[in-house]
This record gives sequence, C-alpha cells and structure tokens, in this order.
Amino acid sequence: MTGLSLLSGPDPRAGMETAAAHLSRLGPLPSAGTELIDLLDRSDLRGRGGAAFPVGRKWRSVAERGGSGPVVLVNGAEGEPLSRKDRVLMEARPHLVLDGAALAARATGAGEVVLYVGAEHAGAVSALRRALAERPEAERRSTRIATAPARYVSGEETAAVHFLNEGVALPTSLPPRPYERGADGRPTLVQNVESLAHAAMIARHGDRWFRDLGRGEAAGTALLTLSGAVAVPGVLEVAQGSTVGEAVTGGGGLGAPARAVLLGGYFGGWVAAEQAWGLPLDAPALRDRGHSLGCGVVAVLPEHRCGVVESARIITYLAEQSARQCGPCVFGLRAAAAAMHRLAVTGAEPDDLERLRRWSGELSGRGACHHPDGAAGFLLSALRVFDEEFLHHHRRGGCSVRAREAA
Amino acid sequence: MEGPTLEVDRIRCDGHGLCAELLPELIRLDDWGYPLVRPVPVPGPLVGHARRAAAACPLLALRLRQGSR
Repeated sequence: MTGLSLLSGPDPRAGMETAAAHLSRLGPLPSAGTELIDLLDRSDLRGRGGAAFPVGRKWRSVAERGGSGPVVLVNGAEGEPLSRKDRVLMEARPHLVLDGAALAARATGAGEVVLYVGAEHAGAVSALRRALAERPEAERRSTRIATAPARYVSGEETAAVHFLNEGVALPTSLPPRPYERGADGRPTLVQNVESLAHAAMIARHGDRWFRDLGRGEAAGTALLTLSGAVAVPGVLEVAQGSTVGEAVTGGGGLGAPARAVLLGGYFGGWVAAEQAWGLPLDAPALRDRGHSLGCGVVAVLPEHRCGVVESARIITYLAEQSARQCGPCVFGLRAAAAAMHRLAVTGAEPDDLERLRRWSGELSGRGACHHPDGAAGFLLSALRVFDEEFLHHHRRGGCSVRAREAA
Repeated sequence: MEGPTLEVDRIRCDGHGLCAELLPELIRLDDWGYPLVRPVPVPGPLVGHARRAAAACPLLALRLRQGSR
C-alpha cells in the first residue's frame, strides 16, 4: 500500500509513525497562524467526515467568533460500519492528525483541543495517546482525549459537543450551531481527523501542491475504505477526481462479478455497477450527479448477493441506530425497516413497495440531525438501483437472484 | 420581504397534531402523526393562522421564524 500524501512514507500497516520519524520525513510544522485559513480556502480542501463542507470557511467562522476562546474538537468517532480510514490514519499517522489540530487551534485562537475518538477504536486511542506524549508540553497540557460511545450518531457534530458538555452523545436541535456555541458554550470547531491531516500537509507544501494532487478540477487526495467484492479490501489513498473503477483496480480489482457499488457508506447510496466505474471520486462532482462520496466508502456488492436483502439489512441497522429523539426518525425508520424486511425475507404486504417509495421522499429533513436524511437517501437509491429486484420480491415474494442461481 | 417560515423542533415535537388541524394549508401529518411542513415562506393571509398554530403547540415545538435563515 503506497500513499500519495497522508499515507506516503512507511507502510501504514507497520503501525504508528513516531514523532522523530514524522519530523525527519516531513520537516517541522510551519508556524502558520490565521493566514493558514486563506491557504485552506485556496486549496479547496473539503471536510472528510461526510458533508464535504469547505474547511477554510469552517475555520474562519470559528476564528471570527473568538469569544471566550474556541475549542477544537478533533472528530475521530468513525461510526460508519464500512469505514476504516479514520482509524487507519489515527493508528499510522497520529502526528499528522495532531499537527492539523495544533494548526486549527492556532488559526482559530483555540486554547483547548479535544481528541474525540470512538471507544471501540482502541488502536487509534492508544496511538494518539503515545503520540501526544511525544508532543511539546504546552500542546500536551491543552489537549485531552475523550472516548465516544460506539454508536452511529456519536460522530455527528452536535452529538460530539453534547457528549463533552453533558456526557450524552446524542444530537441536539440547531441552532445554536457548534461554531456559535459548542463545548462549554464556546465556539467549537468540529473537524474530521482526515481533514486535519490534510491541513497539516497543506501548511507544509502549499495550496498549489494540494490542488495538483487531484485530477482535473478536483483537489488533493482522499482516503477510501474498499470492501465487498474487491481482491484486497482495506484503506486506500487516491487522487480526488480519479474514478471508482480506478479505486477498485487499486484494491487489486474485483474479487467477483459486481452488481452494484455502495458509494459513501450507509448515508450514501447504491449505484449500478456499470454506472459506477466511471464516476469521479470527488464530492462536488458526485453531488452534481446525485451521488455522495460521504466518508469515502466504496463497497462492491457481488452478483450473487441480493440488493433487496442487503438494503433491508442496512436500513434495519440505521433504524436501530436512531438516537430515538425525533418521531419521524424513530417511527419512520422502524416502519421502513419492517417493510423492507417483509419484502426481502418474509413476504410483502400489498402496500409495502408503494409506502417505501413515499417514505423515501417524506423522511428527509425530519430530524434534529441528518440521520433520517441519510437513511431516506439510502432507501431512495436502493429502490432505484434494485427496482427490478424489488418488483420481483413484491410480486412473487421471492428473490430473483436466488431464482437465477437455482436455474 | 418574504414571509416567515415555520420550523419544527424535531426533538420536542411529540406528534400531537394540533398544528395540522389549525394550519392544513401548510401542514399535514405523516403516517405516524408527525408534521410535514411545506418548506415555503408563510403567505401573508396565513400568517395569523400560523402564529395561532405555533402558540397552540403543547410542547412549543413549532416556531415561526422571520426571514430566511
């Protein structure tokens, strides 16, 4: 596994890169302050937690608030079940993440950094702890580690802030947004670990260098997690703007003939395989085409697996992972999961398919956080991509994939 | 100037449904009794009704917000 930027240097599987190795490879961290924000703007770096919000703009909104000293919340609560990239980054390159956090603190005037990491990501927690012990004393004193409960919504930014304030990792109603009033009531920058690591590279090499790493209009690189029917599943760094097909080739090619690709994880959506290969891995370009890069998940569904069954499993998971705070999310996702399960496994009720189609439109925008939006988008993509299979399940109560296998 | 917009605090809302009774022009209920609000500025003639619907919510989960966000 060779990296282009974040994962360049020693093989990430070899474990944590020490401070000495990190510094001799990349040189010291430049002492950039607020001017780094302009550099980030020009670099076109976008957040890698899923929303792809411009990083420079996010830092500026916190820096401008100033107030009683902002907080930098380093988001390493990787709740997406198919994603591994944040964990790999924290385990292999913790100093790059800490560099990014230090830069963010300087640029926004923050006096405190919180490393918010999934409690189940033991390797990442231990690498960050070891790396932190190697940092300058002032940085060590202003940084602490908080472990996030293992749950899908823990990484949502208001949930992260809520956890620091009250020990409850559940989303809250907006406003105020975290950049206005977050941890301890202070302006809070919640930023994904990969985004921060990119910022640390941009501070060293410049915005031009970063943009040139990307293909065409796209800037920089992205960490992906490949899974499913690929020869070598795992984390891969690609030039943004390269295609899904190239990423799969980077993962050793297909391990079996493919039916569809789940792009962006459970909050992303299905794309039919033949349409997926040519898609550019770049958040704005994908959004224009009605898809999502999300947190960089590329999961390949093989021909011999049924899209309806797989989608039912995922929507059931998402329903279980609801924070159970907002009615439409609690009851809507539960009902959608039940209907999907009937369609996939036990036999559909006459209205199930029609109701799922309606719900996929109605559930979006109906929660305090984006959980129902993500689930609704996923549902919509499943209904579209596996249209024929849904009809087959609906009419015949059986699976066309299994029928084909049996034939 | 554009009219105010209706906002639901989704965490507070418990699906009582009074809002949909008082303002059926803009609010209907989903299959579980929770409001589906048309995402448009409240037209002038309905502003009074919208205000009453917001005031009637037993959980104060419906708000009328001036201007676009």
